Amino acid sequence: MIDLEAFRSEPAARALVSRIELLAAEPVSLMEVCGTHTVAISRFGLRSMLPPHLRLLSGPGCPVCVTPLSEIDHAIAVAREPGVVVTTFGDMMRVPGSSSSLEAERAEGADVRIVYSPLESLDVAESEPDSEVVFIGVGFETTSPTIAASVVEAKRRGIRNYSVLPFFKTVPNALDMLAALPGRALDGFICPGHASVIIGAGAYEPIARERNMPCVVVGFEPLDILAGVAMLLDQVKAVRNEGASARVENQYARAVTREGNTAAQALLADVFVECDSEWREIGVIPSSGLAFSDRYAEFDARKRIEVEAPAPAGASGCICGEIMLGLKLPTDCPLFAGRCTPRDPVGPCMVSTEGSCAAFYKYER
Amino acid sequence: MEKSGKIRLAHGSGGALMHELIEEFIVPRLANPALLGLDDAAELEDVLDDARPGDRLAFTTDSYVVQPLFFPGGDIGKLSVCGTVNDLAMKGARPAYLTLGLIIEEGLAVADLARVLDSVASTGASCGVCVVAGDTKVVERGGIGGVVINTAGVGLIPAATRVSGASAEPGDVVLISGTIGDHETAILVAREGLKLEQTIESDCAPLNGLVSAVVEAAPGVHVMRDPTRGGLGTTLNEIASRSGVGICIDESSLPVDERVRSVCEILGFDPIYMANEGKMIAVVPEKEAAAALDAMRTHSLGRNAAVIGRVIEGKGVTLRTSVGGARPVVMLEGVQLPRIC
Repeated sequence: MIDLEAFRSEPAARALVSRIELLAAEPVSLMEVCGTHTVAISRFGLRSMLPPHLRLLSGPGCPVCVTPLSEIDHAIAVAREPGVVVTTFGDMMRVPGSSSSLEAERAEGADVRIVYSPLESLDVAESEPDSEVVFIGVGFETTSPTIAASVVEAKRRGIRNYSVLPFFKTVPNALDMLAALPGRALDGFICPGHASVIIGAGAYEPIARERNMPCVVVGFEPLDILAGVAMLLDQVKAVRNEGASARVENQYARAVTREGNTAAQALLADVFVECDSEWREIGVIPSSGLAFSDRYAEFDARKRIEVEAPAPAGASGCICGEIMLGLKLPTDCPLFAGRCTPRDPVGPCMVSTEGSCAAFYKYER
Repeated sequence: MEKSGKIRLAHGSGGALMHELIEEFIVPRLANPALLGLDDAAELEDVLDDARPGDRLAFTTDSYVVQPLFFPGGDIGKLSVCGTVNDLAMKGARPAYLTLGLIIEEGLAVADLARVLDSVASTGASCGVCVVAGDTKVVERGGIGGVVINTAGVGLIPAATRVSGASAEPGDVVLISGTIGDHETAILVAREGLKLEQTIESDCAPLNGLVSAVVEAAPGVHVMRDPTRGGLGTTLNEIASRSGVGICIDESSLPVDERVRSVCEILGFDPIYMANEGKMIAVVPEKEAAAALDAMRTHSLGRNAAVIGRVIEGKGVTLRTSVGGARPVVMLEGVQLPRIC
């Protein structure tokens, strides 16, 4: 059992902050792409301890936030079909689609149920053979292996009334797109700890090499994050001032290896294939999503259940896209904390508890 | 009593079956003289006899819809007594009488109803209150999860005791009587069927004894509140807002049970927003803080009591994090939802 208290020691934090202050002589922008990092940074008040010219930006790391309107509307249309039971992780319930949400549909009588694990959906499918159980497959590489496992298990148990909406996103090509943005607003990536357990720290080596972008895989305790920031600043300094090449470092070595979880990777390769994917407010990123492989095509809920989702209506004024690309802060949005609040959200970054706008609203005002 | 072992709609219809349910099943379990009259209203003298000039009546009500009905550390019966007793106690009242309104779902096992009633009786006995009036209805199957309960409670506030959520003053010290988030975490684990190595128990308990000890040691206490729905974070926001002050708390001084902390970490919940049903917050003038803390720690329900912060000029609630950072604690918006990853 890891002693959490050791990772939250104030004297150790102060020592790391002193080091960071020495290293961050000039303005620098670091981006994380993981909702759990977004919350951890805000929850522990880390920005209040760091120099103001060191900007910690929140990228498109919240899987709920990056699910595009067309996919939300599709899920809602599926929920409205008679005989369908939609199962989903909790944080999808309140995301606004073009004109509704899963929570609103449930209040209107749709059968939408929150589960903690996709395997619970299999139990529902078995105990309710007359229903068609559809799991909303949202998540990054942290989550897609368990969903892949549920599909393999469904095939093994001969469950015919279970399918998945494959709305998954993958991290590395999104990071590559961010690193290649013109104007180079970013100096380094705080790489996602949980996803890296699966894909391995080595997954970021092409980005470090080809974009000369410093990358550090970071854990989620406050000392992890401060240590990771210090490691990134060391690299940024070396790249800027000494012509060094950027590389990948692993601060989260107690959980992450260079290779990652090869069993999970094999499972993903068996059940899914890479595809292009649309990220909400950002657009299509090549090879950033997962579709079902031919072997498991029968579990694709989009083929199993035909629905007509209306053309998505844009949310006017929402700048979540620019926020997720690190170009603007939540406080730059004219709707922030006025028209758009956690209770009545306009855009995805406010509705998810791990979205940048929600985190700013709750912790950074 | 009932051969099938289940409550039927007829048990709520006002006829012979209902009379049998009340007279032979419910009343004997709650046995006390005020109930035995079985008139349309209870006649109560004692509370009036005890009243002195300046004493005030405290009167409150609450409804209980918890699922599951039975959970580690308690059940809906115990909760329905503790919740209302604690609302009275937080106003400094000595709880005297409760009403018990039962809305039972057709098909509830009689054995389950017996368990709930026994729990009401034993919890009441443990804190010196009794049920003096009640009502029983039976509704059709579907929707209320077996039984829902309403209790109203009445008590006497001594003249010298004046506590209110609007009375916190800059300079006051904020205390909590023990670990936070236990009840809601226990319910969550029970409801979702999460398999853990160690059981987490609800902290459901009547606080009137603890309150008496605190008021005796710190008669100048300004605010007493029990952090139920919305947890400590929400309750402190309510106090700050009603009193027109700011509150500053220290994360490393918040008592949190390790098991509760672990479950919350895994699911992405914050214990600061998870409900308790057996803890109290006391906001006391600085000069009475040591005595209040001592009184809490000496009481069986306050062993883990701690000073957690101060009242300051300003507004809102601020948290000094365990690593030395600072961030606001806002009112909980909606419900906490477990995160994806």
